[in-house]
Amino acid sequence: MTGRDNDRRKFLKLGAAAAGGAMLPGASRGTEADGTPEWTRRMGKGVGSAPYGAPSKFESDVVRRAVPWLTASPESSVSFTPLHALHGIITPNGLAFERHHAGYPDIDPDRHRLMIHGMVDRNLVFTMDDIVRFPSESRIYFVECVANGGMEWRGAQMNGVQFTHGMIMCAEWTGVRLSTLLSEVGVKPGARWILAEGADNAIMNRSVPIEKAFDDALVVYAQNGEMLRPEQGYPLRLLVPGYEGNMNIKWLRRLELGDRPWFTREETARYTDLLPDGKARQFSWLHDAKSVITFPCPERGLKDKGRYEISGLAWTGRGRIDRVDVSADGGVNWRRARLTPPVLSKCLTRFNIDWTWDGGPALLQSRAVDETGYVQPSMAQLRAARGVNSVYHNNSIQTWRVAPSGKAFNVQLT
Amino acid sequence: MSSLRDLAVIAVAVWGLMPGKAAAQTFGYGRAATPAEIAAWDIDVRPDGTGLPPGGSTAKMGEDLYIVRCASCHGDFGQGEGRWPPLAGGKDNLTDDRPVKTVGSYWPYAPVLFDYIRRTMPFGAGLSLSDDQAYALTAYVLFLNDLVGEDAVIDRATLHKIEMPNRGNFNRVDGQEPDVTGIHCMTSCRAGPVRIHSDASKR
Ligand code: HEC
Repeated sequence: MTGRDNDRRKFLKLGAAAAGGAMLPGASRGTEADGTPEWTRRMGKGVGSAPYGAPSKFESDVVRRAVPWLTASPESSVSFTPLHALHGIITPNGLAFERHHAGYPDIDPDRHRLMIHGMVDRNLVFTMDDIVRFPSESRIYFVECVANGGMEWRGAQMNGVQFTHGMIMCAEWTGVRLSTLLSEVGVKPGARWILAEGADNAIMNRSVPIEKAFDDALVVYAQNGEMLRPEQGYPLRLLVPGYEGNMNIKWLRRLELGDRPWFTREETARYTDLLPDGKARQFSWLHDAKSVITFPCPERGLKDKGRYEISGLAWTGRGRIDRVDVSADGGVNWRRARLTPPVLSKCLTRFNIDWTWDGGPALLQSRAVDETGYVQPSMAQLRAARGVNSVYHNNSIQTWRVAPSGKAFNVQLT
Repeated sequence: MSSLRDLAVIAVAVWGLMPGKAAAQTFGYGRAATPAEIAAWDIDVRPDGTGLPPGGSTAKMGEDLYIVRCASCHGDFGQGEGRWPPLAGGKDNLTDDRPVKTVGSYWPYAPVLFDYIRRTMPFGAGLSLSDDQAYALTAYVLFLNDLVGEDAVIDRATLHKIEMPNRGNFNRVDGQEPDVTGIHCMTSCRAGPVRIHSDASKR
């Protein structure tokens, strides 16, 4: 910079100061008064302010929630997905429900091992590096805890869709086909069952029929594009699409091939469905078709009468959702809802339907039909068949009572 | 002759490329599991007692250990403290309005009790019991349910012979046909008036 330039600059500055009130006026546009909020008037945050990224602070109540009285300790407990606040079919990883039996570990992937042994030609141990070298596949599937809705058998109890239906998630899972791993070890003739076992302190073990392995079971390491979260089984989890959540063994460390099921505690004392006659249904793995309206719902009521779009989710462990019908009068009359693509097998399916609320009381219900023709049953039907003590597999039609105030409540009909 | 062999080679190559047929292929990843590694992790026990380790014990031997390591949650008599699960009681009550499912009233297989206790109890300290301790505590929990005497030796020869009262009451469905199906109807679907059975806001 030359001396002359410096002088010139000084002169300009002095001139501006001397001019005082004669300074050019700023814009009269872009003020609070004309409806321009501060975020439009100011510089925002720079890149890297949140290296991982987080939701808006205005979404801070969109979180997993637990029910404190439900369990004796948070380490063997459950938190629920806030279904009322979600859109589309994918559950964000930080909102996917949790269910652990001895807390969740923080596993060092470099030290994690998967052992496959038993009725195989080669007992093998795989590192995570080995696992990710295998041909990978990405698939969208739901995972539902089989106790979802378990608090509702005796009557409407939890006033919120987060708690009546929130033990479900839907994600894109990436991993290896279980059948690929089984080919690697070579399955011996006569092997019919696989024991899957976790590396957490519950050392959870469940028997999986080998047909599932050769159908669509995956051993996954990623969920929605990133490595599994610790609470979802990092670094490795079994995925048995359409089967009860508990079988999707997290922190997977061992697969043993055998000729019979193991009848572990989790498939005898738990995860069996006690019927009124004292008998229990066992190995009732499959989720039958189910649906729920997520708007309106107890967490999200209506404001004024008028036109709304009812929205909800439907799913089935038996394949694709074929149709969803919606009733506003407690199941007397039904209209067919639109299924919003994509409609995928063993995946959440979003449905929508227009509805004009006249401001009066209404009883909203949804009813799913899957590709096998199976129709979602009413709570009264389920209770008549299974009593009130079976805990698991409550796939009944949900009713929301909309009051003239616009608030919605969890009710059950006779 | 040679052209036939070429064809076979091509067929194998194409086969190998076909999606879904990759299952027939091996990659050579991973390494052999050593017998010691397998023995360390393969601790599951089956209903017929397969997998039970050597050793054994009695309820009498397990009592003190139970009081120290188990009773704070499960209660001195297995009745369950607070919301912690009970281990005993509920005899013959599975058809009651409020059944209590315990080792005595619900569990079908005694060896699986050993498997569970050794694997994951006391809660949060799984794998901390020796085999003899796990036998002693298995015996004690069975004793609390009047299923064995205090001096009965529980080991790999005896455990699977214990008759669990609820053994015959499980019906395998193996994920087959649904048991309850709804009705597909579009108009005037309910015979009687619509009545509220229960309302979560009125609890
Ligand atoms: C800190 C509390 C606590 C202590 C101490 C404890 N347990 Fe448990 N126990 C639990 C919980 C919680 C469960 C259920 C875990 C689950 O299902 O996720 C359980 C489950 C069990 C079950 C299965 C019950 C059923 O019907 O399924 C048995 C058997 C058992 N415990 C035995 C023991 C023994 C033996 C000890 C002592 C070595 C022990 N527990 C110590 C908390 C405890």
